Amino acid sequence: MSADTWIEVGRLDDVPRRGSRRVHGTDPNLPIAVFRTADDQVFALIDRCPHRAGPLSEGIVQGCAVACPLHGWVVRLDSGEAEAPDEGRVPVVPVRVERGRIWLAWSALRMIGPNPEGA
Amino acid sequence: MSDDRKRLVVVGNGMAAMRAVEALLSRAPSRYGITVIGAEPHANYNRIMLSSVLAGEKTVDEIVINPRGWYEDNAIALLTGRAVAAIDRAAKTVEIADGTKIPYDKLLLGTGSKPLAPPIPGLGLPGVHAFRDIADVEAMVAASRCYRRAVVIGGGLLGLEAAWGLKRRGMSVAVVHLMPTLMERQLDPTAGELLRRDLDNRGIAFFTDGQTEEILGSERAEGVVLADGRRIAADLVVLAIGIRPNIDLARAAGLDVNRGLLVGDDMRTSDPDIFAVGECIEHNGQVFGLVAPIWEQARVCGARLAGDEAAVYAPPPVFTSLKITGIDVFSAGALAAADEADEEITLHDARRGIYKKVILRDDRIVGSVLYGHVADGPWYVQLMREKTDVSAFRDKLVFGRAFADQAGAAAVPRIDVAAMADDEQVCDCNGVSKGRICETIRAKGLTTLDAVRAHTKASASCGSCTGKVEAILAHLGGAVAHRDDPAMCKCTDHGHDAVRRAIREQGLQTIAGVREALGWKTPDGCQKCRPALNYYLLCAWPETYRDDAQSRFVNERVHANIQKDGTFSVVPRLWGGLTNARELRAIADAAEKYAIPTVKVTGGQRIDLLGVRKEQLPSVWADLNQAGLVSGHAYGKALRTVKTCVGSEWCRFGTQDSTGLGVKIEKMCWGSWTPHKVKLAVSGCPRNCAEATIKDIGVICVESGYDVVVGGNGGVEVRVTDHLVRLATEAEVLEHVGAFMQLYREEARYLERTAPWVARVGIGYVRARIVADGTGRRALQSRFLAAQRMVQSDPWAQRAAGAEGHEYRPMAEID
Ligand code: SRM
Ligand SMILES: Cc1cc2nc3c(=O)[nH]c(=O)nc-3n(C[C@H](O)[C@H](O)[C@H](O)COP(=O)(O)OP(=O)(O)OC[C@H]3O[C@@H](n4cnc5c(N)ncnc54)[C@H](O)[C@@H]3O)c2cc1C
Ligand code: SF4
Ligand code: FES
Repeated sequence: MSADTWIEVGRLDDVPRRGSRRVHGTDPNLPIAVFRTADDQVFALIDRCPHRAGPLSEGIVQGCAVACPLHGWVVRLDSGEAEAPDEGRVPVVPVRVERGRIWLAWSALRMIGPNPEGA
Repeated sequence: MSDDRKRLVVVGNGMAAMRAVEALLSRAPSRYGITVIGAEPHANYNRIMLSSVLAGEKTVDEIVINPRGWYEDNAIALLTGRAVAAIDRAAKTVEIADGTKIPYDKLLLGTGSKPLAPPIPGLGLPGVHAFRDIADVEAMVAASRCYRRAVVIGGGLLGLEAAWGLKRRGMSVAVVHLMPTLMERQLDPTAGELLRRDLDNRGIAFFTDGQTEEILGSERAEGVVLADGRRIAADLVVLAIGIRPNIDLARAAGLDVNRGLLVGDDMRTSDPDIFAVGECIEHNGQVFGLVAPIWEQARVCGARLAGDEAAVYAPPPVFTSLKITGIDVFSAGALAAADEADEEITLHDARRGIYKKVILRDDRIVGSVLYGHVADGPWYVQLMREKTDVSAFRDKLVFGRAFADQAGAAAVPRIDVAAMADDEQVCDCNGVSKGRICETIRAKGLTTLDAVRAHTKASASCGSCTGKVEAILAHLGGAVAHRDDPAMCKCTDHGHDAVRRAIREQGLQTIAGVREALGWKTPDGCQKCRPALNYYLLCAWPETYRDDAQSRFVNERVHANIQKDGTFSVVPRLWGGLTNARELRAIADAAEKYAIPTVKVTGGQRIDLLGVRKEQLPSVWADLNQAGLVSGHAYGKALRTVKTCVGSEWCRFGTQDSTGLGVKIEKMCWGSWTPHKVKLAVSGCPRNCAEATIKDIGVICVESGYDVVVGGNGGVEVRVTDHLVRLATEAEVLEHVGAFMQLYREEARYLERTAPWVARVGIGYVRARIVADGTGRRALQSRFLAAQRMVQSDPWAQRAAGAEGHEYRPMAEID
């Protein structure tokens, strides 16, 4: 991973605890949601719920998961997987936090193809 | 069928006989070639639920127990719409009315009972119905469509459920009852009186001590006359004075009968090849009218038919509950102390409409009557059934199991799930055994009561077995909710009411504080409990609590409604539905400037701008603010709209200034956060063009003042408001509206709208707090106004000025 190119997207304090901020990527249909948990862990997911592409960045963060605002699916922040009984997964974007700054992995951003559902 | 199996013929396709057949099939699926003959044209259905069908809460399809496919799957020949006319015991045949003869080796009679009819003139008139089967219900529903007034004769369980169903169908309903109190066989006078009061509040009229002498009418029923000369006009008369075992067939066949068809502990009649179960039988001098003992008979009968000669019937204790939504009544065993050796423990809170009585003999429960708060009913029945010595916790008994448990009464026995046999019937309405519930919970990984209900139907009908279903669920590791105060979510076992009490009593100030004090199971809570806790704290400590944005649903966090594509909608407040050229111009300009794709007039007399991108929101709001437009809170569990009609300003029928009053009410109430959204309306006359009677709070202007109505809903489950009070002045209206808002804010559960809340606590309770208690009302109103001072500043203006700016900007843009 560390061989990757990392892009700085902001400071830890830019993201509220138990909250999320969006990063607009190269593909306008694939924004990235950066989450910060209660204990200051940081995760990033493509901001499209595996259900019907709801913006996960607008959800309620709880533990290491977020509840989608549209129909309430709960998606794990570390794996991108929906919690049972729902099934689905959204791509995870590798994150590093160093000296209070948040970095995303560039190659991961580029590898993520267009969403299979289309935009 | 040319097989050489024994032939079992079943007369009566009802609840008892089919349950016996099920019991037989589960033990010996292919012992008999079975034929079922039923007089009704339907497959076997749940007669108990006819009340819910009448009330419009269920459809006929939803109450079918065994659909026709079930008979096919089990190779049962089913003849419906055919009545058996005679039994020839010597030839061992039954004869159907059309002359067909069917031979049997074993015969099972489950002919049920017939409704009793009083010996009075007019019984045969069109418009007079019993309440026994689907045909009766269909006739009543049809009558409710074209006629307005109904009289129900009989104030027992059946009569009251009929009355309520017809009321729900929009009829005006009177109940005539022979005795001084209602349901006197199941309730003591105190509970009977509470019941009467609550039903009275729901608009059902009562004529107690009323003996019906005649049904009036020539072409069709027109009313009834009582012995004391009172006359009640009616287009529909429903008879519900009791039932009598249906034993004509058995008597004609020479079987031993008394009041009912006599059977022994083995469910055999005086002819060893003929069995009988259900309401047609008499056992040990007893006849039956409830399903619990009938299920036990069916179990024994099925076992005997399967060849188990050891099965014997012992009547279980029975209990009753009334199936009228929002009215909770429960009774089991004795209704009162029989003599001095018996003891009664009672709790009576008239204002809250709660009454509990437990009757003890030798430190054991022999009966209980509950009103208003019935969750502990099954517990009392269990203690009664198991003859538990309650002396160790008798001081806590009447407060219920949760309290007795909490008080550390180690002796309190719980429902012992492990000791229950797998085939023990748990849900009597739907015939679901413990084994089937366990299996389904495991196979489907169910964790909540609702899920178990959905998958097994257990506890989904009358609900009296809810305690047992919850115990089973808990046993298998699921979430248990106390029925009266369901657990908030998977993060805690505490219910909403308990949490609110703890917040006030322990002075808890933050969400984290609540979680810690009450032992939350998850570190952060979840999307269900966090918004609720945030609201409860905000309501408890309006001046000091700091709103937690991360515990708000996105709409409330960003003050706009999220749409399916992730864009937002903007609905500015149009006070009382009024607007003007300047506001309209600002809306039009904003729509053009920000290329907002859709502009729509809402169902709430406002204008909706749909498809606004999040980043645009602050500037759209800033532009609207310029014209004086503020947030309409269309996104919040908050005050939404106050719809008005044109009223006396313009309308030729208007009696008061409904528009002006609506604006005053909206100015008083806007900005408030509430358990669920709140909608109001003010109509200028009873034509009610603002639809005030399906709003959370409605005001209907009349010549002499204002009728205030509450608890209506036009959404998923339409509910017409209850009348709260008639008032003379606008000032009084504002005071009552403010007090009602605050009572709702302080006492309803999060996400409970006023309609279910009022239905749950009863309009009688709301009237007691808001109308009867003037000091209490003014205190509520002033708490409301105090809280309003904290919230009445436009959230849009604050954000347009830069507040919470991070919400509306991406953190970074990568290119
Ligand atoms: C915009 C509007 C429809 C329209 O185009 O006319 C609307 C739109 C929505 N309604 Fe409504 N309702 C609108 C009037 C109504 C009405 C009519 C009325 O208010 O007189 C009703 C029935 C009356 C009632 O509530 O008793 C109504 C009953 C519902 C319900 C069912 C509520 C219930 O208790 O059963 C929901 C679901 C909910 O709240 O949980 C709902 C939920 C919604 C939501 C908020 C669904 C959602 O969460 O996304 C919709 C989004 C609105 C948005 O994005 O702007 N809406 N909704 C109306 C806005 C009125 C306003 O000016 O604020
Ligand atoms: C509106 C209503 C609400 C009720 N609510 C409750 C409640 O909340 N709790 C409770 O425990 N109980 C309740 N009951 C009572 C419960 O429904 C009965 O105890 C139960 O249905 C009795 O079952 P059964 O099989 O003996 O009779 P039924 O279910 O009446 O079945 C008898 C069947 O036999 C048929 N039949 C009769 N004679 C013949 C013949 N000669 N040939 C062919 N078929 C024949 C009848 O048409 C009928 O279909 C309620 C009853 C009603 C009507
Ligand atoms: S409710 Fe009355 S006042 Fe209002 S518009 Fe209708 S008729 Fe006129
Ligand atoms: S889009 Fe996320 S739950 Fe439906």
